[in-house]
Amino acid sequence: MTTVETRVETPAPQADPPRSVARSALRSALPIIGALVGFVAVWYLVTYLVLPAKQRFLLPPPHEVYGTTFSNPQLMGPMMEALARSFAVALVGLVIAVVFGISYAVVMSQWAWAEKVLYPYAVILQTIPILALVPLIGIWLGYSFLARVAVCVIIALFPMVANTLFGLQSASAAAHDLFTLNKATRWQRLVKLQFPAAVPSIFTGLRNAAGLSVIGAIVGDYFFQQGSPGIGGLLRVYTQRLQMEALLTSVTLTALFGVVIFTIFAVLDRAVVGRWYGRVAR
Amino acid sequence: MTKRFPTGTVALTDVSMSLDSGEFVTVVGPSGCGKSTLLRLASGLETATGGSIEVSARATSYVFQDATLLEWRTALRNVELVGELRGASREERRSRARAALDLVGLTGFESQHPRQLSGGMRMRVSLARALVAEPDLALFDEPFGALDEITRLQMQTELQRIFRQERFAGLFITHSVSEAVYLSTRVLVMSGRPGRIVAEIPIPWDYPRPPELRYSAEFGEITGRVSTALGEHS
Repeated sequence: MTTVETRVETPAPQADPPRSVARSALRSALPIIGALVGFVAVWYLVTYLVLPAKQRFLLPPPHEVYGTTFSNPQLMGPMMEALARSFAVALVGLVIAVVFGISYAVVMSQWAWAEKVLYPYAVILQTIPILALVPLIGIWLGYSFLARVAVCVIIALFPMVANTLFGLQSASAAAHDLFTLNKATRWQRLVKLQFPAAVPSIFTGLRNAAGLSVIGAIVGDYFFQQGSPGIGGLLRVYTQRLQMEALLTSVTLTALFGVVIFTIFAVLDRAVVGRWYGRVAR
Repeated sequence: MTKRFPTGTVALTDVSMSLDSGEFVTVVGPSGCGKSTLLRLASGLETATGGSIEVSARATSYVFQDATLLEWRTALRNVELVGELRGASREERRSRARAALDLVGLTGFESQHPRQLSGGMRMRVSLARALVAEPDLALFDEPFGALDEITRLQMQTELQRIFRQERFAGLFITHSVSEAVYLSTRVLVMSGRPGRIVAEIPIPWDYPRPPELRYSAEFGEITGRVSTALGEHS
């Protein structure tokens, strides 16, 4: 049998010389750097030209903010510790949200009635303002670690549930017919069809949930202040004391924290999902 | 047999047909005439609302309109799926899958994922998956409809070669008259909804059938008869 369609792999374009790699990296970084420069420029503009001298303490210039805080170990030490604690809350919250969210979606995917019964609760959890739940969480779970984690889970859960369910239901009707014709059990269908089909969506959910769990951890810290403070707790303290430099630095750190977490999961997403379909270019 | 859907649509009415092993029967008809319903009934995916269906086949396989491959599995693992679901041992299902891929001319492409394969090759994997169960009844639901003309002709040649080799009973759905005539031992023409069989045209040639057969006068004459039957009843 010789009528095989031959598929000649086009040779990969020759590797670019290093100089042009550096240049293209620079070109892709340029907008980000540009935006940063613009941001700092606006900041200086507001500090020196918009604010009258008497109110300049409301927004000290960047060099004062970062200069005084980053070089001050008494300020940076507690801040980094608090950040680590918030990280722990976010991580524990994310793990719970992932495990619970996927299980919840799997149950919904198996029985039509289960979806009808359970989905509304996921939506309610998503739509109810977290502020409305804060007093209850405090009363039930106390005002420290556990309560912070709970806030985190509530915020991060919905994207996990919704994306996983979408993925589990994404297999085509024909693929389901294939499994039916081969007399697949419910378990085989879940493990060999629905779950693998859901992997890309689960990673999308994970990326979103990770970003939200960071927000959840900080919001949780902010409200539940018993025990050692997280970065959200420090935000509150600095606000009350009007320590503008420390406040702005911790806001910056939380932003960076979020960006780092989101990036990690975005990279993970691309790596895993790319491999899932057999390393497709792009 | 008759098929009426809960929505009240009557897809098939008074359809009666039989199929013996070694036969390759093709059903042609206008779209929406219930051709696919006929296949779904034969495979057991749907049950008839009237009449009876008797299938004595030990193993039935089904080839879908799209290749319907699992994107996260390689070609080999896609073919292996059938054995996996039926509880075959790893070595057995793997060697059978290799043999099936060989049969459709895909040796060397075992470890490619569907996205790395062309449309024609994906359909070959799908054929291999249908053949790996060694069916004595193979159902085809317009499998080549989405392929380009060149690939489609190649796949037809390929399928009649495989049919000659494997000798299952084939039931093939298509809306292409020349495809029906080229592949089959018998062509059934269906009317528009509700579907009825309005003509039965035997095809005289033995297998293997050379691709040039399509350009012969006799081929033209038979396709003409099928087309006329289609035209009279749509």
